[in-house]
Amino acid sequence: MFRDAWLVAGKDLRLEARSRVTTNQVAPFAVTVLILFAFALDPDSDVLERATAGLFWVAVLLSSLLALQRAFTVESVDGNRDALRLSGLEPAGIFLGKACAVAAQLIVLEVVLGIGVVVLYDATLAGPLLLGATCLAATAGLAAAGTLYGVLAAGLRVRDTLLPLLLFPVVAPVLIGGTRAFEAALGDVPGEGWPWVGLLCVFAAVYTAFGVLAFGPILEES
Amino acid sequence: MTSPAPSGTEPSGTAAGAGAPAHTGSQGTRVLGSVTAAGLVMLSLFALVFSPAEADQGDAVRLMYIHVPTAVVAFLAFFVTAAGSALWLWKKSRWWDLVAASSAEIGVIFTALTLVTGMVWGRPIWGVYWTWDARLTSTALLLLLFLGYLAIRRVPAEPDVRNRRAAFAGLIAVVDVPIVHYSVNWWNSLHQEPTITRLDPSIDGLMLFTLMLGIVVFLLLYLWLLVHRFRLAWLEEQLASSDLAAALVERRAEADEATISAPPAPSSAAKASGTIAEASR
Repeated sequence: MFRDAWLVAGKDLRLEARSRVTTNQVAPFAVTVLILFAFALDPDSDVLERATAGLFWVAVLLSSLLALQRAFTVESVDGNRDALRLSGLEPAGIFLGKACAVAAQLIVLEVVLGIGVVVLYDATLAGPLLLGATCLAATAGLAAAGTLYGVLAAGLRVRDTLLPLLLFPVVAPVLIGGTRAFEAALGDVPGEGWPWVGLLCVFAAVYTAFGVLAFGPILEES
Repeated sequence: MTSPAPSGTEPSGTAAGAGAPAHTGSQGTRVLGSVTAAGLVMLSLFALVFSPAEADQGDAVRLMYIHVPTAVVAFLAFFVTAAGSALWLWKKSRWWDLVAASSAEIGVIFTALTLVTGMVWGRPIWGVYWTWDARLTSTALLLLLFLGYLAIRRVPAEPDVRNRRAAFAGLIAVVDVPIVHYSVNWWNSLHQEPTITRLDPSIDGLMLFTLMLGIVVFLLLYLWLLVHRFRLAWLEEQLASSDLAAALVERRAEADEATISAPPAPSSAAKASGTIAEASR
C-alpha cells in the first residue's frame, strides 16, 4: 500500500514539477488573496494584525480548492482514471498517494502564505513549533477530505461549482482549529493552541481512515 | 400506469414493490395524513390559544412549539439519510437509496425551517436574528452539508453510479457532524456569546404538553412526507426504466429489420447488438 502511495504521489508531484501550475498559478493566487484582504480591511488599523490567523487559513482554503481541482483534472482526461483503476495499484495506496501529493503542494502554499503574512501583515511567528504542528495536522486533514470529495466530483461536468459546496462545510473544523491554534501561537500563548492541534489530528485521522477504507468503491464509479 | 415489475435487488413486498400503485397515496397514507392534519389543527389550538404566554418571552414562546419539533425532525431525517446511505452500501438495494434521498430533502426543508423560526424568535428575544451560538452555527453547517449532498444527487448519472456517489457523499458528511459540533462548541465556549436558554425543566405543564404534542405531530408529518416522497421517487425511477425498456424494444426491432433486409453478414448482427448495448448504457 505504501509503495503504491509513493508511486502515485511521485507521479503527481512530477507532473506538478513539470507543469509548474502550483508555483506559477496557485501560489500567486494565494498572495493575491492576501493583498485583497488588505484592501478589504484597512491596513492602517490593527484589524489585519488581529485577523492574520483567520485570513491565513481562508487563503489556504481558497487555494487548496485550486490545487485539488488541478489534482483531479489531470486524471479526468484521456481515461486516466480507468488506467489508474486497471494499474493494479491498491485503491488505499492511490488515495494516500494523491492525498500526499496534494498535502505537499499545500505545505508549499502555506510556506508562501506564511512569508506573505510576515511581510505584508507584519506578523511575528512566535511559537514556531505550534505553527508547524498546526500546519501539518491541518494540511493532512484538508488533503484527506479534499481527495475524497475531489474524486467524487471528478469527471462531473459541474465539478468546479460542486466541489467548493461539498468541501467547505466539511472542512469548517479545520478552519476553526487552524485559526484558533495560530491565534494562540501568534499571541504567544501556545498552551491554548495545542488542544486545537489535537482536534485537527482527529479530523485528519478520521478522513484518512475513511479514505483508506472507502476509496476502492468510490474509484470504481466512472 | 401499468409498470413492469422493478428489476433490482430491492426487497419485494414493500409498500411500493411490484404492482406499485400509479400514485403515491394509499389507504394507510390517507389515514396517516388525516391524523397528521387533525394533529396540526390541535397543535395550533394548543400553541396559540390554550397554552399561556411565558413570563419573560411573552407570546414569542409559542414559536418554540414549531421550532423544537422541526429541529427534532431535521435531525431524525439526517440520521435516516445516514442509515440509508450505509444500508445502500451494504445491501445495494435501490430502496435504501431512495429512503436516504427522500429523507435528506425533508431534512433540508425542516433544518431551514428550524433556522428561520429560530431567527424570528431571536429577533424579539435577543435583539438579533443571528448570533454565533454553537447550536445555531452547527445547524447552519449541517444545512450546507446536506445541500451539498442533494446537489451531488442531482448530477445526472447511471442509477448505480449516482447511488454510490450519493451514499459516500452522505457518509462523508455524516462523519463530519460530530467533529463540527464539537469544534463549534469549543470555539464558542472561548467567546462569550449569548446562549440559547435551555428548556426549563420546571416548564408549565400545559406548555410541556403542547411541546410534546408538537414533536409527535411533526414526527407524523415527517413520516407522511417521507412515504409520499419515497413513492414518488420510486415511480420516477420506474418511469425512467420503462422508457428505457421501450426504447430498447424499438432499437431491437430496428436491428431485426436491418438483419432481415441484409441477412448474410454475421458481423452486422454483432454490430447491432453492440449498438443496443451502447444505447442501454
